Amino acid sequence: MADVSGPPKESFRLSQLIYDSRYRSLTIQVVATFLLTAAIVWLGMNLVENLNRLGRGFDLGFLWQRAGYDISQTLIPYTSESTHGRAVLVGMLNTLLVAFLGCILATIIGVIAGVLRLSNNWIVSRLMAVYVEGFRNVPLLLWLLLIFAVLTEATPEPREFRPDENGVAAYSMFLGDSMAFTARGTLIPAPVWEPGSGVLVVIFIASIIGAFVWRRHALRQLYQFGRVVPILWPVLGILILPTLIGFFLLGRPISLEYPVLGRFNFSGGATISNAFMALWLGLSLYTGAFIAEIVRAGILAVSKGQTEAAYALGLRPRRTLSLVVLPQALRVIIPPLISQFLNLTKNSSLAIAVTYPDIRATLGGTAITTTGKELEGLLLMGLFFLALSFLISGVMNFYNSRVKLKER
Amino acid sequence: MSETHSFTVGYVRHEMQGPLPPPVAESGAVKWMRENLFSSWLNAILTVVSLFVIWWVLSHTLPWMLAGVWSASSLTDCRNILAERGYSSGACWAVITERWPQLIFGFYPSELYWRPILAFVLLIGAVAPVLYTSLPRKMLWFSLIYPLIAYYLLWGGSVWTPVMLAVGFSLVGMGGTLASNKSGFFFGVLIAILIFLLMFFDPLSALLNVMGGIAGLFSADSVRLSPMIGSLALRDLFPLMPTLSDLLGSIAPIGLESVTSREIGGFLLALVIGLSAIVFSMPLGILLALGRQSDLFIINKVCVTFIEVIRGIPLIVWLFTASTLLNYFLPPGTTFDLILRVIIMVTFFAAAYIAEVIRGGLAALPKGQYEGADSLGLDYWQSMRLIILPQALKISIPGIVNTFIGLFKDTVLVVFIGLLDPIGFINLIRATVEWNGIYWELYIFVGLCFFLFCFFMSRYSQYLERKLRTDHR
Repeated sequence: MADVSGPPKESFRLSQLIYDSRYRSLTIQVVATFLLTAAIVWLGMNLVENLNRLGRGFDLGFLWQRAGYDISQTLIPYTSESTHGRAVLVGMLNTLLVAFLGCILATIIGVIAGVLRLSNNWIVSRLMAVYVEGFRNVPLLLWLLLIFAVLTEATPEPREFRPDENGVAAYSMFLGDSMAFTARGTLIPAPVWEPGSGVLVVIFIASIIGAFVWRRHALRQLYQFGRVVPILWPVLGILILPTLIGFFLLGRPISLEYPVLGRFNFSGGATISNAFMALWLGLSLYTGAFIAEIVRAGILAVSKGQTEAAYALGLRPRRTLSLVVLPQALRVIIPPLISQFLNLTKNSSLAIAVTYPDIRATLGGTAITTTGKELEGLLLMGLFFLALSFLISGVMNFYNSRVKLKER
Repeated sequence: MSETHSFTVGYVRHEMQGPLPPPVAESGAVKWMRENLFSSWLNAILTVVSLFVIWWVLSHTLPWMLAGVWSASSLTDCRNILAERGYSSGACWAVITERWPQLIFGFYPSELYWRPILAFVLLIGAVAPVLYTSLPRKMLWFSLIYPLIAYYLLWGGSVWTPVMLAVGFSLVGMGGTLASNKSGFFFGVLIAILIFLLMFFDPLSALLNVMGGIAGLFSADSVRLSPMIGSLALRDLFPLMPTLSDLLGSIAPIGLESVTSREIGGFLLALVIGLSAIVFSMPLGILLALGRQSDLFIINKVCVTFIEVIRGIPLIVWLFTASTLLNYFLPPGTTFDLILRVIIMVTFFAAAYIAEVIRGGLAALPKGQYEGADSLGLDYWQSMRLIILPQALKISIPGIVNTFIGLFKDTVLVVFIGLLDPIGFINLIRATVEWNGIYWELYIFVGLCFFLFCFFMSRYSQYLERKLRTDHR
């Protein structure tokens, strides 16, 4: 009778912690945890000791103290009597404003440049290649300084718009005397909100919702009952017509105020500071060059067979583009595009070069130098950017999971 | 038949007539223009618009550039020369001929310019075998010791510092290799780390400090261990290598005149920061990428946190952290060189980005490669080194080079923490009496230098991609 027994029971030896792959991962992790804790404890002990030596603790109380400095561009009411916290909020909003507008302009520039770079027109594709390579290979900071210098040095002073004795002005305004680039900023018409404009805004928002409802309805009809309901023209109609009719019925509640040349300077209209313009244009052109490459790669990634197959199925060119090529190209384009948006947002901290009052200038600049709270200030600024980038990457992950190829 | 005809019939040709040239519209420049510039209405309009744009830009810049003055001592001098020649405006390239040493070397002592130049020439020798695999592999040894040579040439000081660093690192390398040959890679790494700590750090007092700290946590009156540390004779021995180099320096004081970090500026500074960060961020980035892929929970989470936090915050904030905040986290009284701090920060920053690029490469490899490596019986590090990483790195080359280009461009941000990189010198030169009010010339020069460097890098990455492509297309 054979004696059946299990494998011999080994006694545990200490060397197994290193050589046995069953225990090794545990050993590594324990060692890593120990080292990490030691490092953190060491840094924390140093921090506490340093703060003690300087005779101060960690406190965010300065956010509720009087700021005492002015900010050149504010989206919310702010005076030098406001608190540091409000100044920080102003800076945040300025950062978000330039980042948001920059993302829009960069996308427009990037898509145009990317498509044109693939054009079979030799000179256009070369021109776009020069643009893309020129912006990709030179630091953004240099472009910002250059554009800022162009805006402040190469544009005329307001008085140069005044006609001389012969009635000829050295410079003239653009777009029917509504816009002007001057050394003191860019002048644009400002909207004037009169009573009744609130109603108009409500109508416009309602028509946007209506457009979405119509689109849903049309798609439902198409997918469930196979009826083709037009989308483009009804949506445009819903968007424009009610607002237009309301605009005239309410007696034109919103009007534009044009900048007018006064005695020394322009008056009326709105002035966009050169700092904002330089930062906005610089960020958009720089990021646009990167987006152009992404768009080009995305279009090239859709193989020609896809287009040919769509033609073979009898789809017209426009349908081929919107139903076959674009959905596949967008799958390749969107994730790096969003990470470029993230880059643009982070690069907006280069506002320091053109003295635009963003969060780095208020929280990371004046607030730190006047209160001496560099630890707290930099920490808050880091948290702000971290939150922003988690938000953006959250959006990206959501999109990725939605458009992921459903593999079986 | 034909032969008879050729003799009998007079009006039949004897030989074939040569083909006619194609119509003018179907050949040469005309055809090329029709196909490439005017193939449709839209294209024709685009062509005209682009020609207008090109003409507009050139007509505004070219006369200004060509009228430029190449030798003058100040901006007013330059404008006078321009007025004499009858130009209303023109470039003052003289500022570059006058001040280029500062833009390139910063405040580096001018009689010592041979040192950075020699370092740069040697750099070409050190980089060449890395870039071009056709060169003899023995040259890689020179690449390996080049960082120490460059450090010695640029900063000067006692020759024993780099020598002892070299000795220390070779001891680390030899010890690690011996141990890993004897008892496995993991053990080898441990031994290497141990030797490293022993060579360059002060493990004894660190240990005693931690013990003191822990003791202080548990007892109300903290145990004072410092007298105990002071009484140990061993204390003076650590850190081992710096002590040795000091000793050798006092016995045989050989060395170059030392140059402080403050004197290093301009493109020299950009290159020092950029290249060191490139060199150091690559291995760190690979380790982080592997850590992010790892199954080990803690390692994974630590790497993910590191990468995401670093990537989520702009470099400029990190640089401010390096210049103002780092002192809070170091033992009181510690100061170390600002350039070194910046290099460490930029290295971490670049490593996080490279880790993400390499992670993409690792994820793109088919699972069969990992399983194949396992089935051959390779352990983790062998399979990574021999099978996974070569393929993953090859896929990630464009991304890695893009990161390097971005890193090199980002070195200009150090101007905001008071280091004098090329842009810092632009500001300085514009603040002088002679060149107050000059703009474009300096920006154009610095921009062009950056462009050339970055453009070369991107072209090299395309060459590498073509060379490493193994699929048959």
